Amino acid sequence: MAIDRTLYREVPATGALWGAGLLLAAFLVAGLASFLYVEHHGHVVTGMTNQVVWGMPHVFAIFLIVAASGALNVASMASVFDKVAYKPLSRLSGILAISLLAGGLLVLVLDLGRPDRLLVQLTHFNFSSIFTWNILLYSGFIAVVAVYLWVQMDRTVHPKWTKPAGVLAFVWRLALTTGTGSIFGWLVARPGYDAAIMAPLFIAMSFALGLAVYVLVLQALCALSGRALGPERVSGMIRLLGLFVAAVLYFTAVQHLTNLYAMEHKGFERFILMDGGVYTTLFWGVQVLLGGLVPLAMIYAGKASRPVMPTLVSALVILGGLAQIYVIVIGGQVYPMELFPGYSVSSDFFDGAIAAYTPSLPEILLGLGGVAFALVATGVGAKVLRVLPSNLSDSNPVTKG
Amino acid sequence: MSCGAKKDVSRRDFLRSGAALATMQLAPGVTLMAFGGSEAQAAADAGKRWGLLIDASKCAPDCNACITACQDENGWKGSGNAETDVQWIRKVTLKDKSSGRETSLPVMCQHCESPPCVDVCPTGASFKRKDGIVLVDKHICIGCRYCMMACPFKARSFVHEHVTNQKTHAPRGIGTVESCTLCVHRVDEGRIPACVEACEATGHGAMVFGDLLDPESEISRRLAEYPSVALRPDLDLNPGVRYREI
Amino acid sequence: MRASLLIAGLIAMLASAVWAEGQGGLGPVIPEATGKAHPEGNDYMRRWHMSMMRHDRDVTMYEGKRDQNASLGGCFECHAAKDETGTPVTYADARHFCRSCHDFVAVRVDCFDCHRSTPEGVEEPPAHAALGGVLSPSLGADVGALVAYLGAWEVGQ
Repeated sequence: MAIDRTLYREVPATGALWGAGLLLAAFLVAGLASFLYVEHHGHVVTGMTNQVVWGMPHVFAIFLIVAASGALNVASMASVFDKVAYKPLSRLSGILAISLLAGGLLVLVLDLGRPDRLLVQLTHFNFSSIFTWNILLYSGFIAVVAVYLWVQMDRTVHPKWTKPAGVLAFVWRLALTTGTGSIFGWLVARPGYDAAIMAPLFIAMSFALGLAVYVLVLQALCALSGRALGPERVSGMIRLLGLFVAAVLYFTAVQHLTNLYAMEHKGFERFILMDGGVYTTLFWGVQVLLGGLVPLAMIYAGKASRPVMPTLVSALVILGGLAQIYVIVIGGQVYPMELFPGYSVSSDFFDGAIAAYTPSLPEILLGLGGVAFALVATGVGAKVLRVLPSNLSDSNPVTKG
Repeated sequence: MSCGAKKDVSRRDFLRSGAALATMQLAPGVTLMAFGGSEAQAAADAGKRWGLLIDASKCAPDCNACITACQDENGWKGSGNAETDVQWIRKVTLKDKSSGRETSLPVMCQHCESPPCVDVCPTGASFKRKDGIVLVDKHICIGCRYCMMACPFKARSFVHEHVTNQKTHAPRGIGTVESCTLCVHRVDEGRIPACVEACEATGHGAMVFGDLLDPESEISRRLAEYPSVALRPDLDLNPGVRYREI
Repeated sequence: MRASLLIAGLIAMLASAVWAEGQGGLGPVIPEATGKAHPEGNDYMRRWHMSMMRHDRDVTMYEGKRDQNASLGGCFECHAAKDETGTPVTYADARHFCRSCHDFVAVRVDCFDCHRSTPEGVEEPPAHAALGGVLSPSLGADVGALVAYLGAWEVGQ
């Protein structure tokens, strides 16, 4: 074992890998069926309304896009911050980042009212829209990470190029997540948004969610293809994850404390933090407790070496992240906009009322279809490209360059 | 409406032939909008900014004439599901939290000078005409609904279902976003919006339509005469729709 | 590049052959119109109607000039194909003026997701609605026809 070198090899086509692929294919088919169903009948068959205009597909899409940027953490640790322990894990990080982003964009596009007009979007740009900038940031991200992967994988490219490519990708993904957070941060109309802190909050979320997804995907790929994965490598990443989870909690705390200080936002804060029903439960119970404090306690109680702990921590962080995005996206919309301060308002169009939203099955299946797409793409990437080292045991010495 | 097509054409031709002259010579001075007519007009004119003044004290709580008129004019009757049906114009009832006094008023697209919906639209489908009317170009609307997220007035609706029997002058369809057009098709013919006309017809006279840039227009004179407010003044969007006696 | 040029040329040849055939031959059966003929001529209209409508729709929508020549509403003043009862048919009906050609050249028309496909005043039945999108009601029939065609072709081989 001790004499093994890091050799990147395509993952073998084990029965378990095929099984996982089939399972994911079922989700892909379900997602496609959901898309066709909604496209045929219109959005009336979803839970989305004229009050809650963005629903479950957007929760999944934003999760995937944010996680995509974070999935590149491992590569950045290796190339930008020169942590050699992360070098063998770097290529998979790039593949996963591209796949997650593609999955997220797929969900976003298929939920459009007119998905057939994707070409219109690609030929009409309104540069005062952060959406337009995000389209450029997202496509650019895929291109930059592709170059970054090529620089790492092509033996004819001198290794000195890895760092510049890695730095470019690192800066790019910070811009990307800033853009994603600004979709909400720049919405002046709604009390739940309109906050500059959305951008750094989304960056912190991307670090945490992306790393958590990476850990689970790495574990799954190694288990399914029968490759060794040293627990020390994983627990190193989990300790880093602890830092990111703490950062998310910090930005969340600042976000809500700032809002609490402003009288005009008290109503919204009261809704999210105290009497928002499912949103309050999701915020405190799932986002803060299960997705934040519990993982932190598990990591810093020194239990990082227990076998299932990294899997559990990562799963909890992902669950908390989904809850957080749900509270931001849906919670921010169900709370009514204040058109007439000082008055209690009512109308036939739900003015002044908390809007109702129940995610429908097609929406959830479309979102899960996007997740399945990202995972299938990562799996196919690992199957046809040499991105995953054949031996990731702790005794395997780390290669240079 | 279609049986009068021939007549409409000739009338339009007439207006068109005199349009340049009319807008230049008659614009200052002729302000008949509130009484059922407006300046001869055959195209969007950058020298104008169309607006509405809504007097909440004259708006009867039980009256929906403006909404019905808008539905008839633009053909947006819903299918009975209030949550997904579109709503170009709605009546909002306000109750003062301290005094309990109730007011009723219509809210529609406020036709902002700096519309957030136009800023956020990724394709540029949301646009502002040079005379200040904010519209959706449904040919390039992809149905992303970001404008609905950005509008502070909840003025925009998404078409959740297939629609039939649209009006020729008000095309609208599934998967796109829509809102009050200030009856742009009527304005271009020198007429006033259907809601204003209907409000006049009920005798309430709570709505005045006209050119905000023309100091002699009815709307400008009234705005100069008594205090009025814009909704969400904190956002400084300078809406074309103003309210008084809220 | 060269291949695509070849294909484009081939299509153009076939198309011109089809047009040359006129009403009775392989070409589409175009419903009779009322009113005066277009001064530009039918060939011009066939080639340029979408550009004309596109141009005039933008002039109408952005500049508010509403007395345009090329408008969908204007088309249906003369080009409203009628059913047995004399009622103008909607785009849901294969006899609709626009469909007579567009079905033939397999070009999906987006217009009638939003625009009415009959003159103002005609009551359009709801069947008109679900036309857009991938799962159009005619999809089943199209697939059926394709299967039947392929089956017949195979038998013929």
